Amino acid sequence: MENITTRTIEVNPVTRIEGHGKITVHLNDDGTVDKAHFNVTQFRGFEVFTRGRDFREMPVITPRICGICPVSHHLASAKACDAILGVEITPSASKLRELMHMGQFIQSHALSFFHLSSPDILFGFDADPAIRNIAGVAQKYPELAILGISMRKYGQEIIKTLGSKKVHPWHSIPGGVNRSLKLDERDEMLQGMPTLKLKLKDTIELVKKYLEEHADLAKKFATLESSYLGLVKEGFLELYDGDIRLRSPRGRITDQFSSKDYYKYIGEHVESWSYLKFPFYRPLGFPHGSYRVGPLGRVNACDDISTPEASAELANFRSMTEDGVVHYTLYYHYARLIEILYAFERAEELLNDPDIMGSDLRVSSREINREGIGVIEAPRGTLFHHYQVDEKGAIEKVNLIVATGNNNYAMNKGVEMVAKENIRGTEVKESVLNSMEHVIRCYDPCLSCSTHAVGKMPLQVTIVDPRGEEVRTIQKD
Amino acid sequence: MSKPKIATTWLEACAGCHMSFLDIDEKIVDLLAQVELTSTPITDIKEIPEVEVGVISGALGNEEEAHIARKMREKCKILIAWGDCAVFGGINCLRNFMEKDAVLQEAYTNTVSTVNPEGIIPGEELPKLLHHAIPIDHQVKVDVYVPGCPPDPETILYVFQEILQGRIPKVPVDMMRYD
Ligand code: SF4
Repeated sequence: MENITTRTIEVNPVTRIEGHGKITVHLNDDGTVDKAHFNVTQFRGFEVFTRGRDFREMPVITPRICGICPVSHHLASAKACDAILGVEITPSASKLRELMHMGQFIQSHALSFFHLSSPDILFGFDADPAIRNIAGVAQKYPELAILGISMRKYGQEIIKTLGSKKVHPWHSIPGGVNRSLKLDERDEMLQGMPTLKLKLKDTIELVKKYLEEHADLAKKFATLESSYLGLVKEGFLELYDGDIRLRSPRGRITDQFSSKDYYKYIGEHVESWSYLKFPFYRPLGFPHGSYRVGPLGRVNACDDISTPEASAELANFRSMTEDGVVHYTLYYHYARLIEILYAFERAEELLNDPDIMGSDLRVSSREINREGIGVIEAPRGTLFHHYQVDEKGAIEKVNLIVATGNNNYAMNKGVEMVAKENIRGTEVKESVLNSMEHVIRCYDPCLSCSTHAVGKMPLQVTIVDPRGEEVRTIQKD
Repeated sequence: MSKPKIATTWLEACAGCHMSFLDIDEKIVDLLAQVELTSTPITDIKEIPEVEVGVISGALGNEEEAHIARKMREKCKILIAWGDCAVFGGINCLRNFMEKDAVLQEAYTNTVSTVNPEGIIPGEELPKLLHHAIPIDHQVKVDVYVPGCPPDPETILYVFQEILQGRIPKVPVDMMRYD
């Protein structure tokens, strides 16, 4: 076994990520890094324990996979249920769902950037761990912290207005939604938007400046020339409903297919050391067919963004490289902020659309198709819900490919790159451990989600020696 | 009095309980000024220190989680079970109607998109699953129960305020909610 000739380092738990995970670094005899694994340590089994239940319950059960993006599961599930009922939902229902989805993008991206990642950017990877968190940000940069809090609140309020709770709301039902939007609610949403949008633009400038000042770091930090996957509609960035597009590292469109055919194109590889599977594009096989998703994946996959301000920002983003495809992992943060801008603009469009005030909310049907697929862009990437039911509608089989899973290969590669470059022997600086964790934070993984199946993720690094003995476990404190 | 130290963790959970804590919004700034956050999923302290208050969200589903729950109990004076999962196991218990190995088998070899010709079931470098998902008080003594999936932000704030007043909180009936 390779353990006989390697030693390992473990980081456990990985913190400031959403879920539970650890990193294991295997060392060679000379102290160099043999390999590094990002282990997702939790397993929950949603695919299995929902069997036998009525499919109509799924939009309420599946959000419990993840409290950070419950809306994604809620909506993907509702879409799969629509397909089982064989209905096309009304324009009002579809726009209300999309509005809630924009609320979620705003809140979830704000959480990822302000609450979880900004401490590394503001204080540096080697700052004192005691202040390197949102409380530290609140103390030193109160305005930024408050902005993060208000932005998250804005998104959460949209969700609560429609679904009556901020976490695990209930709004979508098979065939539509259960509640319309009231006039005063709409006006309030419109009112809160302009100030936040302006401040968001300041934050975008801040991140751009950071990336410029740290250009060398940005260029080499876990950079991966990968393919990118995301939904598009007529070539534009799409978050709620569209075709799946895969773009090659050189910028060519490798493939584009209907989300209903996803399983013909996407397979999932299994490794013994992680509960999280490794999705890949079947025609290219594993690992060659691995790709990245989430903000960077989407803005690379699309041709353009349909709203003006986000489109202008995207043009600037693309000017960073010659061929317009950006492989720098730290640019996930920039891409994430561009998507918040899009979510604001799109929410504004929706709120000004007469359909959003409509009362035609639900299409009923007696039909039961034996299969339904719902695909959506969750904040962290493409999310697939696929149900098979019996003739009465009881669940027979469920397949879920969760956003974060799509980045599993890239997260592992990135951690390994940082480890190989910085680790010699068992004496490892805390800042190196934190950099490995930051690779993971860039992808903003939601391990609760990805392991639905599995789910949890503070970080621990274990160093294992060539005989397979644990040399050192680093709990950062 | 020095600021009371708080440690929180999520075990077999969806993170929603912690999100609901963040949903107290601006009030969080005030609260953070009055308590000292030690090890939590949103800070970088990995080892649980001696604390006044320990908060656990999530059920127990594997050996590592059970171990963390016991450790939290050792290190804290007041232990709070936070959310339906911690209080009675919550959604995770749905897997208890099935054999653990069958659940793993299905998830890793049998779903439509899985490509696993060798039938690998993950387990290496990973904690062992418990036979059943269980609420935390099957393993440790709990002082305060806060149900809800997740508990409302107002309820969470109430609990912390009581603690800051030096009382052991009891969630009033009108705030008790099971989802
Ligand atoms: S109680 Fe609900 S919100 Fe809390 S961890 Fe469990 S499923 Fe998530």
